[in-house]
Amino acid sequence: MRLAGFLISVAGWTIVLTAVVLFSLPALRTGFVLAGVAVEALGWVLVIRSHLGTRRGAA
Amino acid sequence: MHPMLSSTAAALCVFSILLVPLAVAGLALIYSGLGRSRSAAHTMMASLCVMAVAAVVYFICGFAWQGYGSLPGHAIAFRGKPWNWISTGHYFLRGLALDGSPASLAAWLGMLSVGLAAIIPLGSGAERWKLRACCASTVVLAGWTYPLFAHWVWGGGWLAQLGADYGLGRGFVDAGGASAIQAVGGLTALSIAWILGPRRGKYAAGGMPAALPGHNVVLVLVGCLVALPGWTGLNAAGSLLFLGIEPSRVAVVAINTLLAASAGALAAAGMTLSRFGKPDASLTANGWVSGLVAGSAGCALVTPLAAAFIGLVAGALATLSVEWFEARLGVDDPGGAVSVHAVAGIWGVMAVGLFARAAQGGAGQWLAQLVGVATLLGFVFPLTYGLNRLLNRFYPYRVEPEGERQGMDLYELGAGAYPEFITHTDEFTLG
Repeated sequence: MRLAGFLISVAGWTIVLTAVVLFSLPALRTGFVLAGVAVEALGWVLVIRSHLGTRRGAA
Repeated sequence: MHPMLSSTAAALCVFSILLVPLAVAGLALIYSGLGRSRSAAHTMMASLCVMAVAAVVYFICGFAWQGYGSLPGHAIAFRGKPWNWISTGHYFLRGLALDGSPASLAAWLGMLSVGLAAIIPLGSGAERWKLRACCASTVVLAGWTYPLFAHWVWGGGWLAQLGADYGLGRGFVDAGGASAIQAVGGLTALSIAWILGPRRGKYAAGGMPAALPGHNVVLVLVGCLVALPGWTGLNAAGSLLFLGIEPSRVAVVAINTLLAASAGALAAAGMTLSRFGKPDASLTANGWVSGLVAGSAGCALVTPLAAAFIGLVAGALATLSVEWFEARLGVDDPGGAVSVHAVAGIWGVMAVGLFARAAQGGAGQWLAQLVGVATLLGFVFPLTYGLNRLLNRFYPYRVEPEGERQGMDLYELGAGAYPEFITHTDEFTLG
């Protein structure tokens, strides 16, 4: 789950980069950058949950 | 933008860079004081070693990859626009004219800045991170992670060019290193805390954290005061070299730095006073440093009132986030490095987009700052975590259980920080 979380974070970052390159309309560009950040946040949630799961397992 | 410096600006820049080691010394004192006495010498020794390793590695290849705006870089073209992602040449600083030119001053500043970034993870890994492992991790940070991101921000890389190429304000702006130094160090600190796991006895079986108080709050508070001139120098040198401000603007940089730190400390003191009935000294220190961290991104671009507000929010954020990381996420971070450097650093970067808007190009600037933050969270963190995890597989970072029981001073250095300190129990029973 941790690896998946990191991969999703990187995928979110590529969405952000793609939005900057592809879109010139400010609203569209901002929307897609925010969507990329949201995907990154999802990846972080997975990484954190994976860490918490490992900790509970160790306890 | 990387202008030539006037003789006044160059002299001021040299003086400012001379102050930067005080920021490193301040952080080392803070981390030493926040740890237990049996690992105090180890923390100071690790700070010195990490600083030395960082400077040497940066000299070998770090600056070659970070570069400076006036130096050539590798670029990939997307839809006709160049994406400059890494610099080229000048390994061992060969071929770089060390004559007081902006590039040579940037190299000197970089050698100190990378040391500052590298000691931040010592705060989260304190009392259980082997000395040799600290040095190995620093090689990765100083040789790859830091130079790569610093090139994007300060070396004429794609983040800095977002303004010129895509019309996003003046591109990603970070004068004093809230992102390139602090957030990179803070995210590495989170990686280290996760890889090492908590100290023995930190969490009970149910997950409830135990308080392991620092051994010397005086060191912590002195460290805060020592760090202030260091941060002022860092912000002034960064603003002169990377933003091209006039020397007369250095006064604003210094005032903003002090105001941000003060507001951060007052926010933390006020919050702990209202919650616990007494101000907490270590959290107030964390608030001070988080104000310094957050204020450094826009130190030359915001008004003093905005700088104070940025520091105030940073102090409050750091105070809440220390508790959140420890109690909710199970991150044992004795020095509060993740909250103070990563969380406050990211807030500082975003604050530039909010408070420097009118002067710096409207919503486009905010978006450029957001792209920078997305790069930290979506690229730098996975990179630094992955590299440290890989290193940990070849050379385990965590000290043996006996080392933790004995204390890092005796186990790794063979002598304690306070060899003549003896507790006389009869002092408390007689009379």
